[in-house]
Amino acid sequence: MSAVDFIFPEFEVVRNSDRCIACRVCERQCSNKVHSYNEERGAMLSDETKCVNCQRCVSLCPTRALKIVKSDCTFRENANWQPDTIKQVYRQASSGGVLLSAMGNPKPQPVYWDRILINASQVTNPSIDPLREPMETRVFLGKKPSRTERGADGRLKTELSPQIDLSMPVMFSAMSYGSISYNAHASLARAAEALGICYNTGEGGLHEDFYRYGKNTIVQVASGRFGVHKDYLEAGAAIEIKMGQGAKPGIGGHLPGTKIVGDVSRTRMIPEGSDAISPAPHHDIYSIEDLRQLVYSLKEATAYKKPVIVKVAAVHNIAAIASGIARSGADIIAIDGYRGGTGAAPTLIRENVGIPIELALAAVDSRLRDEGIRGNVSLVVGGSIRSAADVVKAIALGADACYVATAALLALGCHLCRTCNTGNCNWGIATQRPELVKRLNPDIGSERLINLMTAWRHEIMELMGGMGINSIEALKGNRMMLRGVGLNEKELGILGISHAGE
Amino acid sequence: MKRVYVNEEWCLGCHLCEYNCAFANSGKPDMATALKGKPIYPRIHIEENDKISYAVSCRHCTDPICVKSCIAGALRQEDGVIRIDREKCVGCLTCVLVCPYGALAPDGDGVMQKCELCLQNSCGEPACVTGCPNRAIVYEER
Amino acid sequence: MKLEGEVRIPSGCAIAAVISREGKKMTGELITNAMKPMHDRSNGLGGGFAGYGIYPEYKELYALHIFFDDRTARENCERFLEKRFEIVQSEIIPTRKIPAITDEPIIWRYFVAPLKSVLASVQLDEKAFVAETVMKINSEAEGAYVFSSGKNMGAFKAVGFPEDVGEFYKLEEYDGYSWTGHGRYPTNTPGWWGGAHPFTLLDYSIIHNGEISSYDANRRYIEMFGYKCTLQTDTEVMTYIMDYLLRVQGLTLEEASAVIAAPFWSTIANKPSEEDRRLNTYLRTVYSSLLVTGPFSIVFGFTGGLMALNDRLKLRSMVVGEKDDRVFIASEEAAIRTMEPDVGEIRAPFGGEPVIVRVKEGVEL
Repeated sequence: MSAVDFIFPEFEVVRNSDRCIACRVCERQCSNKVHSYNEERGAMLSDETKCVNCQRCVSLCPTRALKIVKSDCTFRENANWQPDTIKQVYRQASSGGVLLSAMGNPKPQPVYWDRILINASQVTNPSIDPLREPMETRVFLGKKPSRTERGADGRLKTELSPQIDLSMPVMFSAMSYGSISYNAHASLARAAEALGICYNTGEGGLHEDFYRYGKNTIVQVASGRFGVHKDYLEAGAAIEIKMGQGAKPGIGGHLPGTKIVGDVSRTRMIPEGSDAISPAPHHDIYSIEDLRQLVYSLKEATAYKKPVIVKVAAVHNIAAIASGIARSGADIIAIDGYRGGTGAAPTLIRENVGIPIELALAAVDSRLRDEGIRGNVSLVVGGSIRSAADVVKAIALGADACYVATAALLALGCHLCRTCNTGNCNWGIATQRPELVKRLNPDIGSERLINLMTAWRHEIMELMGGMGINSIEALKGNRMMLRGVGLNEKELGILGISHAGE
Repeated sequence: MKRVYVNEEWCLGCHLCEYNCAFANSGKPDMATALKGKPIYPRIHIEENDKISYAVSCRHCTDPICVKSCIAGALRQEDGVIRIDREKCVGCLTCVLVCPYGALAPDGDGVMQKCELCLQNSCGEPACVTGCPNRAIVYEER
Repeated sequence: MKLEGEVRIPSGCAIAAVISREGKKMTGELITNAMKPMHDRSNGLGGGFAGYGIYPEYKELYALHIFFDDRTARENCERFLEKRFEIVQSEIIPTRKIPAITDEPIIWRYFVAPLKSVLASVQLDEKAFVAETVMKINSEAEGAYVFSSGKNMGAFKAVGFPEDVGEFYKLEEYDGYSWTGHGRYPTNTPGWWGGAHPFTLLDYSIIHNGEISSYDANRRYIEMFGYKCTLQTDTEVMTYIMDYLLRVQGLTLEEASAVIAAPFWSTIANKPSEEDRRLNTYLRTVYSSLLVTGPFSIVFGFTGGLMALNDRLKLRSMVVGEKDDRVFIASEEAAIRTMEPDVGEIRAPFGGEPVIVRVKEGVEL
């Protein structure tokens, strides 16, 4: 090992020795083996080289004796060569490999949600108090006819294409069993059922225990086709074809063989210990007309009873792509922005490929309206929807519903340490190690997810009421309810909103 | 009657319950003062072996053999809870011998102690339950 | 300051309407007088009326009422119209000079029939063709604005208090079987005549009191189908929604009401008939973007009838009364009693409950 390989630890474990009672909870709870007990000194020691700052020890320390701080050991300051960049070079010079990261892009690129403000009623029109008046957040996702027909008896033909019926415009987005644990899936499934929304299997198949949550499940078909069979397709409320993911557009997936154990292997329908490799493209979809064939194959396989979602990453010409998808038989288009999360992605891709969901959403919604087909498909967006305010802004920009994953993981305990790829998740989420998986009790997990979404729903209703809107559909695409702050003309133009003060 | 139950499936073997128990019964204002640098004598303890762990404390049996066997009359059943009178205990360890769960143990002074559901301290409800990070220990009617 | 259409201007209002079920004619004086007791509901920045059955001699022709900024605008527009229509009659709309109404544009009306040859070449039915022409003039023609385009009906509007507008247009000289009237209370406006109510398209007209919170959701949806909301007013978008639902989608008035003032999901779930539940679920799902929220009371006029509708929370006042063959609708009871002192019971319809009144079948209009 070369001396250059040594990279000073990013964090310091600060232990208040007046408080530490050497109960060793930190030691038992750290899967990275940062903490140890020294018998001779009767004291706890720490090896901060292993610390990922997941905060598990901090959260469980009964005397609040621990904190994790950013190390102040610095390279010589350089605005161009930031520490992360320098370290990446050292790591690559050492390993010769592609660097991997997990969760969403942490770089300080613009977050347009934070530059958009929401309107409220004053004087000319009353705001509505959601605690006193009805306030509706129910959403139907699916294809809508462009013309209503009347039968010979004069009655309207009220047959609709299959729809997803959601109590609020939020769904848990795709996270596969394998990338996250059984208990994480159990928590999501149970919460989705209790909330009247949907969660998404991701591309890891559907564990046999979770078929009972079918009407709250979206089953995904991705390029690896893992876990796809007839019963699986028929189990869910909808089928999602995953063409791409915001965190890694143009890249496939790779779940290492070490995670393909037991139930994961059975659910994915691949041998234990074999790597689960999802190819970058679907090898039966090299063009838009191929996509149409897969959409209709899946519809045929399920007797046209399930809406089909096509999920794509937000890339440069997303508006044209979405328009193509809308004309390919898809009932719902899901778009994932470049800040979306992942269990593992090449760092370089995550930080440099794709576009922000806010701009993608606005561009797609406008384009579909220009073409007169926005009413025929539903639009779901994800890729860092962090709060009820983000949801409201997304709906007002034109989305029918939002996909939420990172916020859901946070509710389950995730502290965004961004090391999902190691499989040592101390919170029992992104791991298959049984002793870690059991740390996530789905009774608690589902309860916390329900709480989070209930809180968001209340906040959505408050914001709607403030605008004098009492049904979520009257917010959809209602861009006049939004104003930009600190955005340039071009950005405002793409977002289709005015600047604050206008 | 509400009792403390342990769900082995969710026990992480973190031992927090032991420390919370020892602190709850210490009468001290903070945990560091109560437990720092001292051996602890919790009334709940973790049984573990490899990947299995679970906490054990008094089951508050309906027909408690410990009460029957106590030669000093220090153990008694009160509204279903098995209570101990430290003043009466002579430290004969008969209760330790008869308890099938190993739920009784002496404190540092050789006087027997056992879980009394935190009814005798300021917690109000069992400290092991409130402090369990994974809801593996619950206090409920079954 | 930006003109109306370049900026959205919220406004409050007064509305009144009357219809004879027997198709008996009433002069426009009746509705003009009805606006007087509601004077304080307007602020002098807009008033207007629509009368139905007022042009019996031209009832097979579309009556285009147009504001022109100047003579050039009129000549350009006439040249455009000639390419598309046979102009049977063109004239200045008679007005009376009164101090309360100033800065009037050039106001003309044209009784026209679409040229058959043009219709055939554009493959549109007659109504769609006229609607498209109106959109085209209003969004593209400089200094020309069509404010009425139906058959045997007409809108009359101006900047001013409604009672003065009625006098200005000499409404006492017109006879109609139904009338609607409107006084406007915009929060700020440079005062443009086109922005006054009623807003019309073909024979549909809307007078509206309220400020809808769903405006941009509705606008962006309806604009997919060729409508252009040049005024950014609620009334304009409401008119287009009604036109789209009734004319393009073929819904009934009741069905259209169930779209724009849709019953709450809980109300739908409690409907005893399965068919009702299915129908309402269908309408809410398919036309979700045409749900109108926020306060409104509207009177929708069409050939042979009127429909009054409140938003589903009934956030704006609107009452209905009847006497013999006539039905009266207004923001305030006082307006109704001005039209008919002996009116019977005055009723406040529920939010979202359409009140539809039609002239009896068989009556020649």
